[in-house]
Order: sequence, then structure tokens, then C-alpha cells
Amino acid sequence: MGHQITIHPVTRIEGHARIDLHLDEAGQVSDAQVAISALRGFEQFVIGRPAEEIPRIVTRICGICPWMHHLAAVKAVDGCFGVQPSVSGHLLRELCQILAHIHDKILHFFFLAAPDFVLDPQADLSVRNIMGLVRQEPELAGRVVRMRQLAQQMLARFAGKAIHPVAAVVSGFSCAMQEDVRQSLLADARELLDFACYAMDFAKKQAFERLTGEFDGLGSITTGFMGTVDGQGRLRLYEGQLRLMEPGGAYEDFQACDYQQYLAEHVEPWSSAKMVYAKSWGEGFSLNPEQPKGIYRVNTLARLNVCDAMATPRAQQELEEFRSRFGRPVQTTLLYHWARLVELVYACERSIELLEEQDIINPQVRNVAEPGAGRGIGHVEAPRGTLIHEYATDEQGCITHANLIVGTTHNIAPMNLSVQQAAASLISNGQVDEGILNKVEMAVRAYDP
Amino acid sequence: MSLPRLSFEWLHACCGCEVSLLDAGDDFLTLVSQVEIVHCPLLLDNKYQRDETGTLQLPQADIGLVSGGVASEEELELVQAMRASCTTLIALGTCATHGGIPAMRNQWTTQETLQTVYAYGSDEASLFPTKISTPLDRVYAVDEHVQVDWLLPGCPPTSAAIVGMLTGLLDGNPGKALTKSVCETCPTRRGAKGQGGVGRFLDNATGDPQKPLTEMVCLLEQGILCMGPVTSGGCGGKDAPLCLRARVPCRGCYGPVRAGSNPLLDMLGALASNGIDHRSMIDRKSLLRFSGAHGMLKPLRKRR
Repeated sequence: MGHQITIHPVTRIEGHARIDLHLDEAGQVSDAQVAISALRGFEQFVIGRPAEEIPRIVTRICGICPWMHHLAAVKAVDGCFGVQPSVSGHLLRELCQILAHIHDKILHFFFLAAPDFVLDPQADLSVRNIMGLVRQEPELAGRVVRMRQLAQQMLARFAGKAIHPVAAVVSGFSCAMQEDVRQSLLADARELLDFACYAMDFAKKQAFERLTGEFDGLGSITTGFMGTVDGQGRLRLYEGQLRLMEPGGAYEDFQACDYQQYLAEHVEPWSSAKMVYAKSWGEGFSLNPEQPKGIYRVNTLARLNVCDAMATPRAQQELEEFRSRFGRPVQTTLLYHWARLVELVYACERSIELLEEQDIINPQVRNVAEPGAGRGIGHVEAPRGTLIHEYATDEQGCITHANLIVGTTHNIAPMNLSVQQAAASLISNGQVDEGILNKVEMAVRAYDP
Repeated sequence: MSLPRLSFEWLHACCGCEVSLLDAGDDFLTLVSQVEIVHCPLLLDNKYQRDETGTLQLPQADIGLVSGGVASEEELELVQAMRASCTTLIALGTCATHGGIPAMRNQWTTQETLQTVYAYGSDEASLFPTKISTPLDRVYAVDEHVQVDWLLPGCPPTSAAIVGMLTGLLDGNPGKALTKSVCETCPTRRGAKGQGGVGRFLDNATGDPQKPLTEMVCLLEQGILCMGPVTSGGCGGKDAPLCLRARVPCRGCYGPVRAGSNPLLDMLGALASNGIDHRSMIDRKSLLRFSGAHGMLKPLRKRR
């Protein structure tokens, strides 16, 4: 008889998940499942609500990335009502999204993941965490904590609320930015860029070597990738077209509003999160590790793989270095962490660009919206991957139908494959210890689910 | 001397409360130097253990914080284990204290919600996940299932409020809950009666954004629905409420200002006493957006 090993809860991730490893009689891993559990029901309870209220309801899908849901929803509601935001409304929304990416990347890299590769994955669990990092690297940890807080405070300074935001409203933004605020934000954004460059240097010296050395191949699988690019193929987080890349590197670009022609959702009985797959490849969906079908990845590494270039100079240098070392597309799962810091550099540079736009303080932040019947699809690149909100409204502008494709759901299927690969390579004869099981979890953490 | 032990667990939650604690910056660093965190799935690798009888065991702690409501068998087991392991238990955030946004699903049966969520967009329209933790019939607040010592509402509670409550408890002086409404903490100008109706937030509030909030007329008086009168204040600390700073109306995320009251009925009363016709309001059920636990929101009976 084989037996099952359960890791519950998966820790240092956002939300509830468990890993079930199935072992055969010889003690080898025969199957592995990452189950994300929680029926939330957002697609149900937005029904009947006035559409303009939706952006401040769906934020509660995720307290780490509420801005992403806020903005994807507000774009979709713009579509339902057939309105466009004003120029400054647009710029302010993107600035919010970029700042939210900054806090998120610092949180994930340093608070959640780094204890595994800056400290030791075999260290005792009382040490292997952010508190342990504070004790071992007090100067770094102090700076990490303060810089993350700064990004959140910057959001609160012009948008009121940083967690579960309210300032992006249908057809624009709720309040104009003042010049003195813009100047203070610019100074802080430059400090964040300094920190991002420092973090990158630190990681190259003390963290990345282990990802490509000691942990090389952990959770590696071969899949396609998806992300958002602009008309010149440059990585974008706020808007652009979707690019779906096959495992071999060939790709196709499409508009988010056509997503149903390219993507479909699959339900497995053991996961309450639906799994998205590449319908347009015409091969269906399979989680068979020998021959997976329809599987692509999203999130930082995917975005770096699909783009032709970065839109800002420092980030472009980093992309060139990354690509010269690892090629394109990169399949090594733990390099998600490296890609995350490249995006941190981009986000900091982009926040400065946006704040330097004179139009950002234009007081005309919102156009007039008339509620009515329509359909809208909004998308952004959330830290965890491509996020799509779709709504339909009735004549009163109330929601009649909703479909949400959340960043993590694209990565559920690949995460399962990575965990299976990691577990199979680490476990033999049924022998496990706490350190081995933590390395299996590292394959999940890379995806920042 | 051993440090006070803290335990964190999240139920039907989004992680916003935990992020709010991390947003405390240096105060977070000070706090973690004064306590020992024994359980916290977001930050620490402690796993669930079961005793010989199969009962879930969590590490013993002096103070436990639970965010999120209770919506599945698994979450029910977790909250009971937290109660059993913690000397003092805090319900952290509005989901834990009043159900929060996820309790909006209490307007439908669990079966209806499953049907809506899994039928659309999936390749096999009738397939539900069957091996996941069984959802309960509705979303409950924590105190509907276990005794709670302190309630700290807010979506999320501010960093200062969480750190303040924890340091207060560690010093043996947890302080008093604020009993003011959002209106009583709001600096906007009031005086005139309402405009006769309450409208949707489809255009920005009137008022020069360069001037302080004290120059802006109350949003309700501008004819914009705002739940300030019936909502517990405190989100802005000593300053203006957070949503008002963005010139956006309150939607009640700190829960009702009067313990146990129904914000929908209270709000309709507040509008009536200001001469505002509540029939002008679309989607009145949304006044219970954050307070749908405790039986406040229920599925509509279907007419045959």
C-alpha cells in the first residue's frame, strides 16, 4: 500500500493551500496536488449591485493586491457604461497600480520567500522567517520593512486608502493630485528606486547564486507563458495586449476582450480554484507530468519571457543580463524570484516617469458616466499574473453577470506540475523530513500564489 | 523571562488585516521584538498538528488574532482550535466581527453560489469541486461560533489600531473602543438639509480639491449616498476618515456604530430624519455590505 504525505497549511504564501503527496509502495512520489481551498462566491454576490460599486467590493478578493482587482473592475465597468477615463484619471490609476506592485514585490521577495535562500531552507522554523531575517540582517530587514511601508504610505497620501482602495471610480479617479504632493511622491519614488537597485545587488551577491546552484532545477517544468506587452512588445503591467507564448517560444498577441477565444477554465474535484488553460492551442487540458497539455504560466518570469524589451533603462539592463545568462524563454521555476526583482526596478522607474508627467496633476480627473446596459472586460497584470474581470449590466447599470479570472488561477496547473517534479526529485524510499518538505513548498512559493 | 506568545490564524479572509499589521513599519519591528509569534501561516512555517483523537492542535498562546469569518467546516475547526489554544482571543477585522464583504453571499444558498461560480466559463459546465472542505450554509462572524474577548473591526483595521490594541493588551491596558460614528469624525461642512434624494456615485463630489475637507459640503447633503451616520468611526485616527480623504463616500467598512444594530434600518431612519426619500436609493441590501453575518442577510424565499 502506498501512503500520503500532507503539508498543511502551505505557509509563507497568501491564503489557504495544502499539498498532498501520494507515494507508491516503493515510497516514490506517484502524484501530487496543490489544493487551494475557499469558496468565496464573488461572481455570485456582485449580481444586482450597481456596477460603479463593484470596484470597491471585489478588492476583498485579495488584501495583498486589492488595487489590481479595483483597477481591473473599474476598467470593466468603464466598458459596461461605454466611457473613457480622463487623461489624469488614467495616469493616476496607473500610478496606483505601479506603487501597489512595489509593495507587493518587496513583501513577497523579502518577507515570504527570502528566508529560504537568504537564510537556510533547513533552518529551524523559528528562525526561517522574516523575524529571523530581522535578527540576522537587521539593517537590510529594517530597510525592507520601511520601504514597503513607504510604498503603501505613498498610495494613502493621494488615494486615501492603500488597502481596499476606493479612489479609482468609473470614468476616472475621485480626487486630483496637488503639486506639493506630486513633489513629495517624486522624492519618495527616487528613494524606492535606490532601494530596488540595492535589493538587486544584494540578491545577486547573496541569494541568486543559490537559486541557480544549490536549488537548481527545483520545480522546473516546461510550459508556455503569458503576459502583457505594448505595441512595441515591451513589458507592461497596466495596459496593453496579451501575448501567449508556446513552450517553444512562438507566440500570438490578442486583445484581453477576446480572451475566451484563447483561454478556457477547467475544474478539478480537489481544488476550488479553477484552472485556466490555452484553449487556442487545440490540445485540451492535461496535468499528466509526462505530457501536460494546454499549460502556460503567468506572473513575473512569464512576463519577462514574453516581452521583447523593458520600457525603462535600468530594467532593460537587468533584462539583458538575465537573458544573456538564461536565454528565452526561461523555464527554471525559482528564477521567478529574480524576475520579480527586475520588475521591481521597472515599477520604481515607471512610478518616476508617471510622476514626471505634467498631466498627472490635471484637475479634470473624471468624466461623466451614465449607467446603462453593456458588457465590459478589464485586465491588468497583477503581481500574481494576468487578471481579467468581465461584467454585464442591465439598463439601470446593475450587474447581471460576472466572470473573474484571477492571476493565481493560470498558475494552479503549472504549480501542481512543479510540486510533483520537486517532490519526485527530493523524496526517495518514502524518506522525508521537515527540510525536504520545505523545499517542496519552495516550488509553490516561487509562484507567489 | 519568556516573551508573551502571539498566534495568528486566518479563516474566510483576504490577508488585508495581516498586510495592515505589516504596514506599521518600525512599530511592527518593535512589536515582533517584544513577543514570540508561535503560529502565523503568512509568516511562519508552523504546520497543523492533530492529537491521538484527531483533534486539531495549535500552539498555546497568550493572545490569538483571528481574521475572516467562518464559512467552511475547515474554518470552523480552526476557529475552535484557536479558542482552545489562546488565553485572549481577538476577532480581527470586519469579516471576523460582522462577516464582511464575503457574507454578501448569505443572500444566496451555498448551492446557488456553487452553481453560479462553477457553471460559467468552465469546459465541463456541471462539474463542481467535491473534495474540498465542505462550505457551511452561510458565512458566520467569529463570535457566532466561539467566545471572543475583543472585537477590532475595520476593513482592514489601521496599522495603528492593531498595534495599539496589541501593545495595550501586553501592558494590561487595552483601552476603550471608539463609540463615535464616521460622521462624528468627519470634518466636512454640514448645515443644510439633504437634497431630497440620495444618488449614485457617478460624478465626483463638488468641492475644490485644493482646499481642505473642512471646505467641502457633507456628501449626503450633496445628494451622494454615504453611510457615515451609522458606521463606526476611527478609520482615520485623529484625522479625517480615509475614504473621505479620497473624496469618496463611506460604505460602512468598520461595521455598525451601535453594537448589534442593523445598519440598513438605521440608515433608512437617518435618511428619513433628514428629509431624504430613501426610495430614491437603488440596491438597499448593499447597506448590509459589511454586516451580513449574524443573520442580517438571508436568501430570498423563492416564490413558487
